[in-house]
Amino acid sequence: MMQTREGKGNTMATTIKYKPAGNLSWLVSTIYIVFLLLPIYWLVNMSFKENAEITGAFSLWPQSPTLRNYMVIFTDPSWYNGYINSIIYVVLNTVISVLAALPAAYAFSRYRFLGDKHLFFWLLTNRMAPPAVFALPFFQLYSAFGLIDTHIAVALAHCLFNVPLAVWILEGFMSGVPKEIDETAYIDGYSFPRFFVKIFMPLVASGIGVAAFFCFMFSWVELLLARTLTTTAAKPISAIMTRTVSASGMDWGVLAAAGVLTIVPGALVIYFVRNYIAKGFALGRV
Amino acid sequence: MEKTWNNKAWFLVLPVLLLVAFSAVIPLMTVVNYSVQDTFGNNEFFWAGTDWFDEILHSARFWEALQRNLVFSFIILALEIPLGIFIALNMPKKGLGVPICLVLMALPLLIPWNVVGTIWQVFGRVDIGLLGHTLAALGIDYNYVRDPLDAWITVVVMDVWHWTSLVVLLCYAGLVSIPDAYYQAAKIDGASRWSVFRYIQLPKMKRVLLIAVLLRFMDSFMIYTEPFVVTGGGPGNSTTFLSIDLVKTAVGQFDLGPAAAMSIVYFLIILLLSWIFYTVMTSHDADA
Repeated sequence: MMQTREGKGNTMATTIKYKPAGNLSWLVSTIYIVFLLLPIYWLVNMSFKENAEITGAFSLWPQSPTLRNYMVIFTDPSWYNGYINSIIYVVLNTVISVLAALPAAYAFSRYRFLGDKHLFFWLLTNRMAPPAVFALPFFQLYSAFGLIDTHIAVALAHCLFNVPLAVWILEGFMSGVPKEIDETAYIDGYSFPRFFVKIFMPLVASGIGVAAFFCFMFSWVELLLARTLTTTAAKPISAIMTRTVSASGMDWGVLAAAGVLTIVPGALVIYFVRNYIAKGFALGRV
Repeated sequence: MEKTWNNKAWFLVLPVLLLVAFSAVIPLMTVVNYSVQDTFGNNEFFWAGTDWFDEILHSARFWEALQRNLVFSFIILALEIPLGIFIALNMPKKGLGVPICLVLMALPLLIPWNVVGTIWQVFGRVDIGLLGHTLAALGIDYNYVRDPLDAWITVVVMDVWHWTSLVVLLCYAGLVSIPDAYYQAAKIDGASRWSVFRYIQLPKMKRVLLIAVLLRFMDSFMIYTEPFVVTGGGPGNSTTFLSIDLVKTAVGQFDLGPAAAMSIVYFLIILLLSWIFYTVMTSHDADA
């Protein structure tokens, strides 16, 4: 597992590691990373160019670098509100998902109860459900409750796939905590809520962090539901970008700058969870 | 871990249950409701029985979209899984290279899906994109807007770009969990590079590979945003996958009945796949 490698104790024997496929192995990683970064570089490159340069001359880097595109986004409310909207519903969703998932994951990791396996499976089917199936009914349901175009609507809709995800990830982490800890705490006279908050949650803190990160991420990258449920007041940045794509008279520079700004949050937090990313994608089962 | 039988655990699950019921069960019931009724507007509904299901299951459009989706998922798996294993095997195992590789490789996974579409839409354009421009300069006729084959290649390469890192990260997590003693034993036995892979690394990666295959299959099976942004399902219908077709029917044409029936068929397919996923994973948990 990744964290054991990074952590204590496992370092002594690493010198006898097998040689991966000769001395050219670094080349494979390098080529792959270049392949990953080229399209991103091109977007960053475009975001610093004038529109005339983008469509007129073909250049590998900005000939006359400009911050105009970023200025447009940071000064026009219809642009920067998109970011604020996205962040509001993403944070709301992360908080709701993790808070609801914590006790449920504990129940799944510690107890057997009537229908537990069916319930766990049913949660998984929601993670696997295509958002396209839910787009229309969500719209009607939230219209009935008068929730259309509010942040909470998108946050609740994203619970469809984030709550199951959080339950699965947290269950994986919680199963790694020995049961004796619970029992000792009860013998010491801790009540369940006090034990859970004071003793158990610090023990699975990294799991909570990873679950929160994944909720944040999947809510951040989703567009279909977010776009369906909003019109103006809560419209996410990604939907504002789509509108610009379809408009005539493309403002390529601003589009590129907006795209670059959506990559930034993920790129910033990824460093902290780098050793847990695989575990998160594996729904806590690596 | 030994689990105790305790039905009171249901109270701990209750918040999740209510939340997911609100965001999954009620909407799904709406879909079921629409799938058996017809409407002429004014909120008047008529019982239509299984007509819509009949229509969907006999519509060439649905089967073509399903077929395209299956072909797409198959290509994706055939490309991403071997490539992911290969890259994971060649990743640095210690030193400064590890965090750098992990962070850079995970980058595409965190980009909003429509921005992934936008990136490739721009990247592939002949007039302003690096890829399209370079190909044109090399004399290759490439235009993803006009040519169905080029559109397919673009969507496939985009998905490889977007998701291969997931396979790499999972395989890498499996690889670093192999104790060094295994490699030492292999070395003493004079095992070849291939037998190390075949008898030590592959068995240890089996579990994560399983997860990777199933996740990639299911996510590619419900792909929507990325091809929608790049090709809009075209040219013609050549890249109209199930999700795109469904949204076109439901939101574009507002054909509620057929869209609902299609949703249910689609959902049943996913349900079957999830069941296979779950069975395989839990039987694996039992082995481990």
